[in-house]
Amino acid sequence: MHELLWLVPTLPLLGSVILMLGAGRLSIRAEAAAGALSVGFAAVIAFTIAGGFLLSPPAGAAYEQTLWRWFDVGGLSVTIGLRLDPLSLVMMLVITGVGFLIHLFATEFMEGEEGYGRFFAYLNLFVAAMLLLVLGDNFLTLYTGWEGVGLCSYLLIGFWWRDPANGLAARKAFIVTRIGDTALLIGLLLIASRLGTLNIAGAMHNAAQSWPAGSPLATLAAFLLLGGAVGKSAQLPLQTWLPDAMAGPTPVSALIHAATMVTAGVYLIARTHALFLLAPAAQYTVGGIGAATLLLAGFSALAQNDIKRILAYSTMSQIGYMFLALGVGAWGAAMFHLLTHAFFKALLFLSAGAVTMRLHHEQDIFKMGGLARRLPVAFWSFLIGSAALAALPLVTAGFYSKEAILSGAWADGSSGRVLWAAGVFGAFITGLYIFRAVFIAFFGEAHTEVSGRYGWRVILPLTVLSVLSVLGGLIELPPAFGHVTLLSNLLAPVLPATKEAASVVPLLVASLAGLLGIGLAAVLYWRPARPPAETPLWRFWHAAAGFDWLYGRLLVRPVLWAAREGADDVIDSVYDAIAWTARTLHEQVRRTQSGRVRFYTAGLAIGSISLIAIAMIR
Amino acid sequence: MTAIPLDQGLGLAAALFALGLAGVLVRRNLLFMLMSLEVMLNAAGVAFVVAGARWAAADGQIMFILVLTFAASEVSVGLALILLMHRRNSTLDADASYHLRG
Repeated sequence: MHELLWLVPTLPLLGSVILMLGAGRLSIRAEAAAGALSVGFAAVIAFTIAGGFLLSPPAGAAYEQTLWRWFDVGGLSVTIGLRLDPLSLVMMLVITGVGFLIHLFATEFMEGEEGYGRFFAYLNLFVAAMLLLVLGDNFLTLYTGWEGVGLCSYLLIGFWWRDPANGLAARKAFIVTRIGDTALLIGLLLIASRLGTLNIAGAMHNAAQSWPAGSPLATLAAFLLLGGAVGKSAQLPLQTWLPDAMAGPTPVSALIHAATMVTAGVYLIARTHALFLLAPAAQYTVGGIGAATLLLAGFSALAQNDIKRILAYSTMSQIGYMFLALGVGAWGAAMFHLLTHAFFKALLFLSAGAVTMRLHHEQDIFKMGGLARRLPVAFWSFLIGSAALAALPLVTAGFYSKEAILSGAWADGSSGRVLWAAGVFGAFITGLYIFRAVFIAFFGEAHTEVSGRYGWRVILPLTVLSVLSVLGGLIELPPAFGHVTLLSNLLAPVLPATKEAASVVPLLVASLAGLLGIGLAAVLYWRPARPPAETPLWRFWHAAAGFDWLYGRLLVRPVLWAAREGADDVIDSVYDAIAWTARTLHEQVRRTQSGRVRFYTAGLAIGSISLIAIAMIR
Repeated sequence: MTAIPLDQGLGLAAALFALGLAGVLVRRNLLFMLMSLEVMLNAAGVAFVVAGARWAAADGQIMFILVLTFAASEVSVGLALILLMHRRNSTLDADASYHLRG
């Protein structure tokens, strides 16, 4: 079955091409089929390959498929190749599996929208690019996929282009992530020039050979890669684009801005963990960024009224947890949380989408209210997702993955304890902000009309994701609960083992923190459902600590000012002079075109006489 | 009968050509310009014939017949154009039509 690996990214690409070429010629049904089934078939193939991989692991725990040679110049040979190892296997299953469920949901969610086929063309292209990103065996293939998902993110955020605000949000996302991408590109060039290869496994091997731990080059390379990861995963200081990215349709937020693309940074760092192990400074920074982001985003989520923005800040915060895990060397825990987060955050976004599609796209939680009885399907899905996000002990997947991260942080010495404390406080905030949304939106008095019913294409993905959000954690249980290690056994060949806390105390404290948050939310938001007063503190966190304001003053305005002032500088005058010369000459030469035939004849005569004269004199 | 010396024949051709050219440049009436053009063509024809006689070759006369044919076709087109321009501008003044001025 391994030979079919190339089909996994190719099928969504094919679906995208069909949808693009058939634009305006296909029926809605055909477009839905092409959009969802291409990813569905890719998922079937991916799961079949995964079955084969798990039953009989290939030698070296990796299967490589070289498709063709891209270029071979100056001693640098780059092939387009796919590499399936446990790490990319997990990512591939998440992308195709969760991706298919979201596509299925979208076929119903997007019904009646303008540009139905265009939507699925972009979404399929995204899946293809994302698969290329995780399956590529060298950095250049990875970078191609990296830029491809960035492009699709831009296209889909601005999908409803008639509203200029959406286009603005799309451009913001594109430009902010591009800053990180540039750092990544410089990092890749550094690796290519210093280590002589772009093959990821080869480069990691060479790095361990030629760069001693803590050497400046290794640190520089790790920081540059971190820059790319920070931009793509919306971590400090490049996090400002993610809340605005919610301008896109909800399935896009679920697939791109929650389950897959924003976790690409986590994947990148896990993939290049050998480099980060050589650069302790960079690895500490990863953990610090994660802790800072998870707290900042958690506080910001508390001050939002828009249900999608709450989820956006929560995504940022959860990826902060993954970065924290990477920072303390709990690689497996980061991947575990990536997996469960993909389930419950996709579930949260889809159920939020299911709510808004029945409320005429109303996203303000204070205008919802009392939805629990009127939209039971959406309510139960959202509740299960929220429980998993808040890490409700024992019964949710999010509990086990968050425990794995916090346990890894606890075991990582004194600096790890600080990160652990931040993580525990974050768990408290998480329970508070998500159950604030649950209580305000689903309980209390009703404020809006609800219309319509859900089809199976909405109910099925919600059900499957609910089940996964509850049971997905059972693949990896801490020593206190049976000690199941399916995922870490799988990842053992590619990622170093995670340290685990020996005592049960941190586990208990962290569980209590989450419960405390949920309890406080119940006390505070059970009864009244009035929008919060606009205190300065609320405004500060509503604007996510004012990073947009800061960047606007610090970067955007100076650049715009410089562009305006620099429009007529010295360099510009050179081109102005060229234009002036051309125009002046034109005015002079234009006069010879008098339109009088005798003038032309005279010109001919004088010209021929002069030529003859010259010929005779010479 | 003695042949006309080459230099005298070519001198005649040159004089005719200059007269024709002067006519084209000086006259403003399109009909006269066309006639001056004919004079120039015939000057070229004279040059061919004189040169053919000098080297006792038939080529010169053949070329002259070719020139005549061209002149005939050119005149038919030219007259048609003049007719059209007269209808359009109700004058034969060449300087009156400068619609292609740049």
